[in-house]
Amino acid sequence: MRPFQFVRADDAATAVQTVTANPKAKFLAGGTNLVDLMKLGVERPDLLVDLTRLPFDSVDVEADGTVRIGTNVRNSDLAAHPAVRNGLPLLSQALLAGASGQLRNMATVGGNLLQRTRCVYFQDVTKPCNKRQPGSGCPARQGDHRNLAILGASEACIATHPSDMAVALAALDARVAVSGPDGDRETPLAELHALPGEHPEQETTLRHGELITGIAVPPLAYAERSAYRKVRDRASYAFAVASVAAALDVEDGVVRDVRLAFGAVAPKPWRAHAAEDALRGRPATAASFRAAAEAELAAAEPLRDNAFKVPLITNVVVRTLSDLAGETS
Amino acid sequence: MQLHVNGRLHELALDNRTTLLDALREHLGLTGSKKGCDHGQCGACTVLVDGRRINSCLALAVTLDGVEIRTIEGLSDDGALHPVQQAFLDRDGFQCGYCTPGQICSAVGMLDEFDQGWPSAVTTGGQPAALDAGEVRERMSGNLCRCGAYMNIVPAILDVADAAAGRSSA
Amino acid sequence: MTQTDVRAVGSGLGRIEGPAKVTGQAKYATEQDDVQDVAYVWPVPATIAKGTIRRIDDAPIRAMAQVLAVLTPDNAPHLQPAEDGELAVLQSRTVSYRGQFVAAVVAQTLEIAREAAERLQVEYDVEPHDVELTQDHPTLYKPDQVNPSFPTDTEQGDVDEALGAAANLVDHTYTTPALHNNPMEPHATLASWDGDELTLYDSNQGAYSAQQTLAKLFGLDPAVVHVVSQHVGGGFGSKGTPRANAVLAVMAARMVRRPVKLALHRHHMFAVVGYRTPTIQRIRLGADAEGRLSAISHDVVEQTSTVMEFAEQTALATRIMYAAPHRRTTHRLARLDIPTPRWMRAPGECPGMYALESAMDELAIECGLDPIELRIRNEPERDPESGKPWSSRSLVECLREGAQLFGWGDRDPRPGTRSDGDWLVGTGVAASTYPAYASPSTATARAAADGRFVVRIAAADIGTGARTALTQIAADALRVSTDFVRVEIGDSAFGQASLAGGSMGTASWGWAVTKACTELREKVERNGEVPVDGIEVQAETSAEIEARSGYKYQGFGAQFAEARVNIDTGEVRVPRLLGMFGVGRIINPRTARSQFIGGMTMGLSMALHEEGVLDLAFGDYVNHDLAEYHIAACADVTDIEAHWLDEHDERVNPMGSKGIGEIGIVGTAAAVANAVHHATAVRIRDLPIRLDKLLGRLPG
Ligand SMILES: Cc1cc2nc3c(=O)[nH]c(=O)nc-3n(C[C@H](O)[C@H](O)[C@H](O)COP(=O)(O)OP(=O)(O)OC[C@H]3O[C@@H](n4cnc5c(N)ncnc54)[C@H](O)[C@@H]3O)c2cc1C
Ligand code: SF4
Ligand code: FES
Ligand code: FES
Repeated sequence: MRPFQFVRADDAATAVQTVTANPKAKFLAGGTNLVDLMKLGVERPDLLVDLTRLPFDSVDVEADGTVRIGTNVRNSDLAAHPAVRNGLPLLSQALLAGASGQLRNMATVGGNLLQRTRCVYFQDVTKPCNKRQPGSGCPARQGDHRNLAILGASEACIATHPSDMAVALAALDARVAVSGPDGDRETPLAELHALPGEHPEQETTLRHGELITGIAVPPLAYAERSAYRKVRDRASYAFAVASVAAALDVEDGVVRDVRLAFGAVAPKPWRAHAAEDALRGRPATAASFRAAAEAELAAAEPLRDNAFKVPLITNVVVRTLSDLAGETS
Repeated sequence: MQLHVNGRLHELALDNRTTLLDALREHLGLTGSKKGCDHGQCGACTVLVDGRRINSCLALAVTLDGVEIRTIEGLSDDGALHPVQQAFLDRDGFQCGYCTPGQICSAVGMLDEFDQGWPSAVTTGGQPAALDAGEVRERMSGNLCRCGAYMNIVPAILDVADAAAGRSSA
Repeated sequence: MTQTDVRAVGSGLGRIEGPAKVTGQAKYATEQDDVQDVAYVWPVPATIAKGTIRRIDDAPIRAMAQVLAVLTPDNAPHLQPAEDGELAVLQSRTVSYRGQFVAAVVAQTLEIAREAAERLQVEYDVEPHDVELTQDHPTLYKPDQVNPSFPTDTEQGDVDEALGAAANLVDHTYTTPALHNNPMEPHATLASWDGDELTLYDSNQGAYSAQQTLAKLFGLDPAVVHVVSQHVGGGFGSKGTPRANAVLAVMAARMVRRPVKLALHRHHMFAVVGYRTPTIQRIRLGADAEGRLSAISHDVVEQTSTVMEFAEQTALATRIMYAAPHRRTTHRLARLDIPTPRWMRAPGECPGMYALESAMDELAIECGLDPIELRIRNEPERDPESGKPWSSRSLVECLREGAQLFGWGDRDPRPGTRSDGDWLVGTGVAASTYPAYASPSTATARAAADGRFVVRIAAADIGTGARTALTQIAADALRVSTDFVRVEIGDSAFGQASLAGGSMGTASWGWAVTKACTELREKVERNGEVPVDGIEVQAETSAEIEARSGYKYQGFGAQFAEARVNIDTGEVRVPRLLGMFGVGRIINPRTARSQFIGGMTMGLSMALHEEGVLDLAFGDYVNHDLAEYHIAACADVTDIEAHWLDEHDERVNPMGSKGIGEIGIVGTAAAVANAVHHATAVRIRDLPIRLDKLLGRLPG
């Protein structure tokens, strides 16, 4: 790890200013990803600005049902919060499926959204990686990519975004509240992460110094009928090999509306719009669910060792939606 | 900087890079907290910060000014073992013992989380009335044990939970 | 003496060091608070798989504040040649595998040592490497012997003819991946010189052998090298002999004239401490219509490094498991540009029995027989190859009694026909075995005038409960209660002793302790009383162990598994494992049960999770941490039961005990694979059994 200066931010504006002024400064939240990557030499900030004492630590439900979550709310507190647990089961389940009890006690909302890929080459500074070192190559294509992307990847990079929480938030159309040198803005979560294209090093649409202060989850009438299903290689304490966040609204056996997002298959939490479009107005049957998943996965570009994710996601979509349809009918 | 550990205040001059785990082990002589991976992947370094369990290998010591840190050394009270420590002895909940302080601190934190009504990934429906083996297994999965003592760790923790709830377990 | 007739052996005495471990007071290698002014060492691993170091730009690193030294092949002390090539740390500029240590930094603090090591620039002349094990690898050769000293090949009768004539034939190739020991405590050493005397607090499985090896390596008189290993955070074979960490620590401490600590990082462990070789195993079984084996053939292909030869004895168990007139086993090695594979819990038996016991399951199906019945039909009266009688062999009883407890009786043999909700359900069985070795050891027993005893032996407690078991053994030999006995271990000063390995620790140490304590008791009895300065007896067991012959000494067991496979995802869960073992007398049922279950848990982990993923381009195991290399977590283990027979074996050793540290992992993976087949009708012949191998092949 390289030496760095450390300051604790007491207010958001100073935090933003401090980081904006120094291109090598970074925000520090729970540290569970940043400190890890600093130890590996992947991240080499020369200044850390500790955000954890900033007052963005509450969950508020607004009159219209929007749930506002401060960035400093720890993953464990968020999962247990009644508004989330009862009102947004898919989000609570996604959080609880992530990491471990200890890590969830440390991890924050903003940090979770901005955690970086678990691609083994990215994490090893003795190897090339386009994301870490633009233009150096992508050894994952030929090497170990069993858990890398089948959707949204590029020639330059096939990394996946590892977050569970973000997948649920993508399905919920969450918005991200950002505070920057030019003031505050809100951006749809769908636009927070960038696809790699030729520039896998540009992972988000945030500018340097922009601070995530929280997220807003707009009301969704059928959010209570939602679920997050995570498939992993070990029964717990493992990143997903595939996951599905789903919410389903069925009336008289017909899909009135649906939300679907996939995890661990793409460089960002993958909102399955094609599948949703294919489902609306269709009978709520396993056959339609399968057709919808296939519609989304038609664009999949599987590699030597991750082709299994196509049938895996398909099956999980069918099962999760069938279960939700069963609950509603 | 200052670190409050097990009720004592320590004045320390630390490198910003020093993690809580290394501060404990290399600067305070509190070697009960173990380093199995140094990257949040094993749980051996678990300690309680303001009562909550965390991985001390990923926490920078400088960020912990003013909080209460409790380690395995601070669980037993004047020689009287904490109930979780006693249960680990009674159930032979360890072999090499290297994951053990982390398991015990994690269990203490976990029992408290359960009491606060926190759900887990295996909780279905509302809050379960009592901790069962499935809940303990999921909630304790952040603590790896290569010796494979899980089969004894889980009943040890259930013993403590049951005793606290006034039940007796087999 | 306060004599007692109550026997301590057989009682579930709690771990002697238990209170120290649960309170965090037990001191592992680098945790000695009485060693002051310690510096830190951080190694620098090679970033190429093969080649030569051209240049190490150490000047800028030496110039860093608080850096005390940079060790490189240019300034490292010259070492004596060692049989173990991995100990020749920094002795040449040759790089033999990626991750091999090419330098190390010593600094005042851990943070600076790590930073400096990361900054050190090393230039290489790179050569093309070859890291991929294949069944027909061009460099395959026949080693002179397999670990530790078994014949490489064995053959009896005419295997090919018998296979050709067999009514039922199984011919399949099974593979196991590289497996990494991953003890929870990384390999670690605290080295401290006091003048010409060296003290090492080291995490190892045998302080005495560590002392001997390191003294020889550094050209020192063993008398000036003191190795202390009070508590060891697991080893599973990887701490059997000293590793590069100990060598570097000794060098560094000498160079900076201060005590140094070196605890390996988890990443380093995937290269420098050994691992279980991947194996490619072809098994052919020929049987008559009734399932009687006529031929058994087991051909193993595995790897070693260019640094030294390690030849895992993978087909060893096949030589003794079942009767058949025609039989053959072979081992071939490919010498690759990879780290040296070494011992990992039950080397040989563990991967070999996965293959053999999977093949036996396939043969049972081929013959239309219950897999237990098939095994019983092929029970050999004597060791099939040597013709020696068994000192005892309880495989059949283990299978029968285990089946009873597991509820095997009403099992429907048809595969892929049971489900429970979204889960396909099946059960499987496999046999288990491990030899009962013993190795000469020395113990000292001392009686004090106050009626207390101290027993010293350079045993290691790596989690086995050795300290506790030896206390029981000593108490019984002394005929006193365990309260009066203190057993001290983990110190090279206590003389020659077996490693904690080969499941022979308790047998070997217990033998010496029994002998010393028996002699001491007799001496005290003759004397009538213990003089003020005490009475001491030292005993050594080579003669007894050498005299042990004529029999085949072997433990056996049966493992049962229930597997559930999710029809949508292929996720595998093992809700139930049950092991029944026949391993002689159990010294301490409490710690023994933990050991069996621990072995079975590791076997479950091997079955479902573990795989070192080799990158062909870089030549290393890329999933080199505990987030990517999965070992079983708490949620993976639902119910594991271990039971044992009341087996009496007066021939094996004075305690009648056969060793329990390794047998628990033998056969577990096969039992799980067989259960997965029973659940799904899909046979997985390549471990681990992961969802991607099942998905798409499951019965709809
Ligand atoms: C062993 C292990 C297992 C894990 N398993 C899972 C899993 O199964 N599922 C899963 O989803 N995750 C998993 N994680 C990842 C974990 O969830 C993330 O590390 C965590 O959520 C990051 O949050 P943090 O607050 O610790 O972020 P930090 O590490 O503090 O920060 C991460 C990044 O976000 C930036 N950042 C943080 N907050 C802000 C903000 N407010 N505004 C702008 N930038 C910000 C930081 O500068 C940094 O670049 C695992 C982690 C580990 C170590
Ligand atoms: S997939 Fe992306 S992160 Fe991984 S090696 Fe390739 S470029 Fe780097
Ligand atoms: S040492 Fe902190 S989690 Fe492993
Ligand atoms: S007791 Fe050894 S790792 Fe858990």
